[in-house]
Amino acid sequence: MRVPYAWLREYCDPGLSAADLAERLDLTGTELERIEAVGVPSADGFVVGRVLAAEQHPNADRLRVCTVDVGAGEPSTIVCGAPNVAAGQTVPVALPGATMPDGTTLGKAKLRGVESAGMILAEDELGLGDEHSGIVVLDDGPAAGTPLAELAAIADEALELEITPNRPDCLAVYGIAREVHAATGAALAPDPTEADAEPSGTDTATDHASVEIADPDICLRFTARVFEDVKVGPSPLWLRQRLIAAGQRPISNVVDITNYVMLLCGQPLHAFDLDAVRGSRIVVRRARDGETMTTLDDVERTFDASMALVCDAEGPSGIAGIMGGQVSEVSAATTRVLMEAATWVGPNVLKTSKALALRSEASTRFEKQLHPEQAIAAQRLAARLMVDLCGARLVPGTIDAYPDPLAPTVVTLGLDRLAGILGVRIDDVEVERILASLGFSSARDGDALAVTVPHWRDADVRREADLVEEIARMHGLDKLPTTLPARERAVGRLTHGQRLRRRLEDALRDRGMDEIVAWSFTAPATLAKLRLGDAPTLALANPLSEDHSVLRPLLLPGLLDAARHNAAHGAAGLALFESAHVYAPAGPLEAPAGSPAGATPAAERHHLAGLLTESAPATWRSPAGAADYFAAKGYAEALLAVAGLELAVEPLRDRPYLHPGRAAVALALAPGGAEPVEVGWIGELHPLVAGEWDLDGAAAFELDADRLAELTEGALATFDDVTGFPAVRQDIAVVTTADLPAARIAEVVRDAGGELLANVAVFDVYEGEQVGEGNRSLALALEFRAPDRTLTEDEVGERRVAIEGALAQIGGRLRG
Amino acid sequence: MSDAPARLQEIRVEAEAAIAAAGSAADLEQLRIAYLGRKAELTTMLRGIKDLPAEQRGPVGKGGNEVKRALEAQLAERVGALEAAELDERLRSDAVDVTLPGDPPQRPGHLHLITETRREIEDVFLGLGFAVAEGTEVEYDYYNFTALNHPPDHPARMLQDTFYLADEVLLRTHTSPMQIRAMELQEPPIYVIVPGKVYRRDHDATHTPMFHQIEGLAIDADITLADLQGVLLEFVRAIFGAEREIRLRPHYFPFTEPSVEVDVSCFKCGGNGYVADGSHCNLCKGSGWIEILGSGMVDPNVLGFVAGNGYDPAKVQGFAFGMGIERIAMLRHGVPDLRLFFDNDVRFLEQFGS
Ligand SMILES: [Zn+2]
Repeated sequence: MRVPYAWLREYCDPGLSAADLAERLDLTGTELERIEAVGVPSADGFVVGRVLAAEQHPNADRLRVCTVDVGAGEPSTIVCGAPNVAAGQTVPVALPGATMPDGTTLGKAKLRGVESAGMILAEDELGLGDEHSGIVVLDDGPAAGTPLAELAAIADEALELEITPNRPDCLAVYGIAREVHAATGAALAPDPTEADAEPSGTDTATDHASVEIADPDICLRFTARVFEDVKVGPSPLWLRQRLIAAGQRPISNVVDITNYVMLLCGQPLHAFDLDAVRGSRIVVRRARDGETMTTLDDVERTFDASMALVCDAEGPSGIAGIMGGQVSEVSAATTRVLMEAATWVGPNVLKTSKALALRSEASTRFEKQLHPEQAIAAQRLAARLMVDLCGARLVPGTIDAYPDPLAPTVVTLGLDRLAGILGVRIDDVEVERILASLGFSSARDGDALAVTVPHWRDADVRREADLVEEIARMHGLDKLPTTLPARERAVGRLTHGQRLRRRLEDALRDRGMDEIVAWSFTAPATLAKLRLGDAPTLALANPLSEDHSVLRPLLLPGLLDAARHNAAHGAAGLALFESAHVYAPAGPLEAPAGSPAGATPAAERHHLAGLLTESAPATWRSPAGAADYFAAKGYAEALLAVAGLELAVEPLRDRPYLHPGRAAVALALAPGGAEPVEVGWIGELHPLVAGEWDLDGAAAFELDADRLAELTEGALATFDDVTGFPAVRQDIAVVTTADLPAARIAEVVRDAGGELLANVAVFDVYEGEQVGEGNRSLALALEFRAPDRTLTEDEVGERRVAIEGALAQIGGRLRG
Repeated sequence: MSDAPARLQEIRVEAEAAIAAAGSAADLEQLRIAYLGRKAELTTMLRGIKDLPAEQRGPVGKGGNEVKRALEAQLAERVGALEAAELDERLRSDAVDVTLPGDPPQRPGHLHLITETRREIEDVFLGLGFAVAEGTEVEYDYYNFTALNHPPDHPARMLQDTFYLADEVLLRTHTSPMQIRAMELQEPPIYVIVPGKVYRRDHDATHTPMFHQIEGLAIDADITLADLQGVLLEFVRAIFGAEREIRLRPHYFPFTEPSVEVDVSCFKCGGNGYVADGSHCNLCKGSGWIEILGSGMVDPNVLGFVAGNGYDPAKVQGFAFGMGIERIAMLRHGVPDLRLFFDNDVRFLEQFGS
């Protein structure tokens, strides 16, 4: 809301600079966006002049030499180029020394040999818009020499205020004046809508027009007044100045009056050319599906049955509360005006405005729900202006369709409750004073106040809590004490999953990875590059772009994008990770009626993924390690170890974005030997996929952190006596065919070793002549231990024989 | 051989001098043979004790063995010293250029600044007795709007431009839906914060379509607006410094009433509005205050949606607040541009989160 300060001061003058007032309002809930200068920098040197004579310039066809009385004894000679200047006019004049809107100082100047002592002004030269086709001609009346500032606020400031959606009353200069009054205590002038115009004539409005609300669920009230003998023309300078200062373009006096009343008191109006209202009849109804109308902005609009229209006998003439139609628009030829002031249903206006993508000054007010009292109040103010400025005759009577008059809202405010919410008791007298300053009346009722809400706050103040806010903000939040909750029980701690996630993230950080945060959105084309074109995804209905149109089903693409970005900027040896949600459909995207009772619409999991383009950085004595499968697996092993789990893997040959020979499903083995659970994948990227991101190669892993947490929830380590008796360590070399997985061999050894075999670890792999073509030797370190005794050589030897036998069953033998 | 004890002393003096003067392990070996070997005079003397007169046997035997042990000890010590010296000599010739770079240990990585900031904020509230709850980002309209007192076609909905997946399914525009979910799961009292990603359909220099918030909710029998001020003051001082003050300004949020915006006193100018050289402080734009979060007393309508789980608005009350993690991080660390958080450039990432 743009509030010209001079206009505001007419209703409440706090005696503060605009900046100081803004600071004050900020502390009562009205935030300032900015302050802008309006008009000329200073009103000094701008006066009313009377053109006594206007004669042709001797040396220039298009200039006139004017004799102008500027109230200073001798008339001044002023050269003027405007085609409309004429003797007898009252005009605005800038005298030498005046500062013009562009900041220059006006001096005496010779124009084609004639000295000009000042300038007769066009609107733009008064800092009013960009109109420069002719000089401003003022109404006769003010004496020559009168400071122009007495006619209009030609040097002013405008406060651009941020009005929250609960305060449509503040989308009005007088509404802001009420706030200033309550916040500063400065006197508030009477409500400008109180006084009405004097009607004349013996006819009544209903003789000229009729109004019917056919669908009362879309219109709370529709008032109309009739004006005759209307003279449409430009508005006077003061009105034009106020509209321009408030950010509106003046059009004609009738239209300007509707805008002026809206800006001053917050109620939008619409003026019809009554002679163009077909059948002189207004019907308010829902639109028919597919019905059309051309609005004032020259666009044909199509409606549906949820939308409210203002119609005449033959069809739509306006979209209720949003914009009028061209059919009965006021024109220069208009002499009879039907003035509409209606109260629409806010949510309906908002919905229609969204559906039509059409917002207007009117709709931004109506959508926040105005009160029916405001409609009749606005009629009074508009009528006075119509009579004063358009010479109109106000036809007696108001057509007023108001099917369900609203009673004032009364809210009970418990004074103990007020203190209980704020944490401090405000003196009762002060509470009532604050309420009165905001226009609320209150009556004491024991420990409570019965508070009557003024109509302009009716949509916003409905409950006790709303009154608490009113009192808190005007009393001053700076007076609140500072305390901490006196709790009976509340313990702050992370859940197991949250704590584990921190540990996992820290583990990756400590092992050299940088965390990234990538968009949750990705592109179908990106998934296609991962050769996941068919993967089920969740798509946005209204994405900002195709690149951000689906929710990512895995974290890998974000890591690849970041790797490419950094590689392109010269970073070598990247090790990146991300910890974030991934998304998948969990069925149809339908919402239950009412509360979903804790259900979630999609399948969301917290993943932890890493990507590396090398395993160890290059130094002066060793080249960089390749980012291969084993480098990535090392990270996965570490992460599972952090979680208290053991990693197992199975070859993964058909994951489209991974190397078919160097990828694995990651499985977690919980202590206690439950079945392994799939927790993610590890692998080298498929070279074609890496190539899509301009990478020579990369290894990655992606684990489901939620699953890791689920597997370890409540896990508690129990004591295991591993130091009481010494372990017996033996190394063996096992020769098998090269295609037998190491994990299988270790499993066979472990099974055969039985309870005494505490640990099996691969420590060397050999392929070559000594073991024969197609074979491989694995060196295993075995650790035998018993919790209750020192093992004898015989016991260990027996296990070894069993191991050898088991290996023979899978075609293996011990070597050397 | 009448003066054998005297001869022993002569041998000792002579041998000790020779051992001390020896310059190599080989010299020492020769001296060992010469003085302690099978043919050495001392060995011979000890072997010939039985031929001595009875009264000399004792003194010569005792003295001879003493000399022998002394020489052996001296030899061992000298051999050790010489070997150590020779080792050092060899090692010195095996020197490296110590000025070459060392092998880097595992390079430390970095948490993202958002994660680092989120955890610091979480830790402050954990210390104040709040639990941490997280929710889903794909959310029902009901939790994101309706139950937060944003009825359908209410102007408050215009405040946030929303990504939709379907009619009533959207990407949460704030972490606030978790307020309702948390209250559905837990009866009062509840003290919880909700960190997480949120989404708004806006992308320009100061808005990204995804960003991070932390929401807070405290509901108990008698929580006051003054308590909100106290909790937020603790938070602000933990994050921005012990000298900070806060200021509450009235505002409007659909799910709180009264609603307030919270400013922290400027930590660049100390709240004066101007810096040392007298110029306007550019951080707080001369006001001395910086807006950091929105909050208020939970609207009774919101509690009404979970009244069945013990949140009768006539019996319990409390506060809620919400802040942008990026904004807090930008203010604290002087990050000038929101977009830096999502470029994932390692030159940015590696400045934080060690
Ligand atoms: Zn500052």
